Amino acid sequence: MNWHEYVNKTGKLPEWPYEVNYGKENVIESDVLVVGGGVAGCRAAISAAQHGVSVVVADRGFVKHSGQGGAGVDHWHGAVRNPCSKITPEMYSDVAMQVSGGYTNGAARYIIGMEGWDTLLELEQMGLQIRDEEGEFKDTIWRDEETKLLFAYDVDNKHCLRIYGNNVKPVVAREMLSMGVKVYERICVSSLLTENGVKGTRVIGATGVNDRTGEFYIFKAKAVVLATGGGSRLGSFAPFMTSGSAMTDINLVNMGHTIAWNAGAEMVMMEALTPEFGMGTGLGYAPYSMGNTDNTYQGARVVDTNLKYVPYANTKGELLTEEKQIFQAADPDKFVIGHGIGLATPVTSDYNVTTLDPKLAEKIRSGEYSLPLYDDFAGMPEKSRKIIWNLMLAQEGKCRVPIFENLQAWGFDPSQDMLQYAISADNGIHARTSWLAPEQTPKTWVSTKRQGGVFTDWRLQSSLPGLFVAGGNPLFGSGCHGEAQTTGRYCGRQAAVFAKNHPAVEPERGQIDREKDEVYTPVTKGGDVGWHEFNAALARVFQDYWNVKTEEIFDRGLIRMADLRRTEGNRMYANNPHELARAIECYRLTDLASCYWQSAKARKGSSKLLGFMRIDYPNVDEPEWHKFLPVSQTEKGVSVREAPCDYYLRDPYLTTLHDNYVKYAELD
Amino acid sequence: MATFSYPSIAEPSRILLFDKDKCVGCNVCVNTCSSDVMIPNPEKGGEPIVLFAEECWFCGSCVQECPHKALTLIPTASQRISTIWRRKATGEEFRMGMLDPPEPNTTPPVGRNH
Ligand SMILES: Cc1cc2nc3c(=O)[nH]c(=O)nc-3n(C[C@H](O)[C@H](O)[C@H](O)COP(=O)(O)OP(=O)(O)OC[C@H]3O[C@@H](n4cnc5c(N)ncnc54)[C@H](O)[C@@H]3O)c2cc1C
Repeated sequence: MNWHEYVNKTGKLPEWPYEVNYGKENVIESDVLVVGGGVAGCRAAISAAQHGVSVVVADRGFVKHSGQGGAGVDHWHGAVRNPCSKITPEMYSDVAMQVSGGYTNGAARYIIGMEGWDTLLELEQMGLQIRDEEGEFKDTIWRDEETKLLFAYDVDNKHCLRIYGNNVKPVVAREMLSMGVKVYERICVSSLLTENGVKGTRVIGATGVNDRTGEFYIFKAKAVVLATGGGSRLGSFAPFMTSGSAMTDINLVNMGHTIAWNAGAEMVMMEALTPEFGMGTGLGYAPYSMGNTDNTYQGARVVDTNLKYVPYANTKGELLTEEKQIFQAADPDKFVIGHGIGLATPVTSDYNVTTLDPKLAEKIRSGEYSLPLYDDFAGMPEKSRKIIWNLMLAQEGKCRVPIFENLQAWGFDPSQDMLQYAISADNGIHARTSWLAPEQTPKTWVSTKRQGGVFTDWRLQSSLPGLFVAGGNPLFGSGCHGEAQTTGRYCGRQAAVFAKNHPAVEPERGQIDREKDEVYTPVTKGGDVGWHEFNAALARVFQDYWNVKTEEIFDRGLIRMADLRRTEGNRMYANNPHELARAIECYRLTDLASCYWQSAKARKGSSKLLGFMRIDYPNVDEPEWHKFLPVSQTEKGVSVREAPCDYYLRDPYLTTLHDNYVKYAELD
Repeated sequence: MATFSYPSIAEPSRILLFDKDKCVGCNVCVNTCSSDVMIPNPEKGGEPIVLFAEECWFCGSCVQECPHKALTLIPTASQRISTIWRRKATGEEFRMGMLDPPEPNTTPPVGRNH
């Protein structure tokens, strides 16, 4: 029942149901600590445990369903070594580097290429269905008869798979628990512990607060895997309108980025944060609840309101006549990378997915097509309809209950019905997700597309010894679900090896006390600013001082945010541990903003490749600025270094992807 | 019944509907939610209380985990009114949350995980 219904019925306010002990300390020791128990974190924990070390996971939510991957998945990208694939790990990472202009994580892309398929096979052993075992899609373009695998995006090259992932998180979490991994849930981790409490040294643990009890947790470990996923709440905040349309849940605030930054880790590409239509918290429609042709709906037949057919086009703009062409690259020498792997493609669209006629918006305005548009499920061949609705949609994240079951409960029947698009005549409509694209959905700031994050080496270790980074985020330039599981699994192995070779180090008490002092401010000092109001204010500051890019604006942003943090931040109150944890997340969001501004200040040039255009340095993509600028905090201030985009193939590394992989991957 | 003084509560108003005949107050849903949107009912066996509705991201995990199939996830009115479909043969229009909806469609998903 709703809160007000309870009050009306009983005449009482419900008391806080959990025993509250603000500040009470719990000390937990392990060889490996995994911060964030999403799909990446669970896989890290499993592989570390397989390597014979003790493992603890600290998660903000309930591991059986927490994280972006907690409510399902339908595409498994990067399975380039499956027996049907025509793509090699070299091609996969080289193309990722090429299309992004060098601004992605080349080493991680290669690791994903090498291990993505194995990571999926293990998932199958854990109990997840990854094949069309019953032959439902026999004799279709998507299925391989021998392996029974189903392909998405590119039926010639066969490297991206359709999987039955609705229950992926329960499967992975069950496996993790069966291995004796200790899991601490409802913990908002808010700091990393470093050797001697100094920024820029080895990471030896983390601290957090339980959002039900308010108790304090001190995790000590020999190695730490950071797997906290992505986030929103920095660039816009209006949860009462937006949560249902969000692609990240409210717990996800890029915490891993922030605590790594605060500990002194090097960060890269943070400046490449652009306003995108899409993936963050928007004022949008329910994801996947409307007609479109993107992602899960790729291949849907589209008609206008007069049932006039709207064709797809390939990346050359050629209108397509056959269904198969929708799942093929325009150029037989190329392949379709697939959508949603955290890769911007400013250099070339040759590897992009097919979309509706690129002139569609124009043709709507000229009257050639009449709105609304529909996904004409009723007009599709049965198997084509089923592979979208009964397979992909039923397996995709946030879709089984909210869309598949809900729409069917209201009578939606794809064999008879057509699903309406969002009403729009702008360019958003012919590509991407129609529920996120149109004019009426404001742009929101998201970091997922170009994906700034923690800078890593071939071990996916950050610049801080003992801190390994996994996931769709906060690992810089990495990817989505399959990639998150793959990098998680890789990091777990690396962390286990590190833990075996390094002694435990006792954290410094002063560092713990400073953290405690800060995080309990809302319950020790109290005040008159609620966390919602504070979150909205910090989002206001970030929008104001990020949108227009000059050195002065960035500096002013830093000053305004520090002012907000010192003033209203110190006046935040929390009525219970739940609100306290949200307030702590807000504190860290103000720190995250400084990481963005410092990264922006480091790049004194504009870049179309990075979507980063400065007024005061208007020259675009000058060769001397084509590089990574790892930015970090030291005890003395902010430090900036330079690294070539192909740093992972240069000194001290070997010159080929494969040689480096063999040297560093810790293969058994 | 007394009239109480309330703060005005922002959207969404109702995110979950509990079937009174089925809910036994086991709190599996409370503990499934990673955002901790609900709290247990102080009355033992009572249905959980939705306390932080605006923090729900509508993933549906609580509905899936409910051992008694007592839960329905309710999208906001603005989302119900924008999810629309048309019966191709007749031209009739339907939407999520409509009055007098057609018969539910009970076709299951493909695969063994349901
Ligand atoms: C609806 C939807 C559909 C998607 N479909 C696909 C798809 O088909 N294919 C694909 O490749 N990708 C897909 N994705 C993306 C994919 O789900 C993510 O890339 C993937 O889940 C990332 O995994 P992760 O483990 O890095 O992060 P997450 O799964 O987000 O996990 C992060 C974890 O960190 C924890 N955490 C966060 N903050 C803290 C903190 N302060 N303290 C402790 N723990 C913390 C969270 O509780 C969570 O468990 C989809 C995403 C959504 C939302």
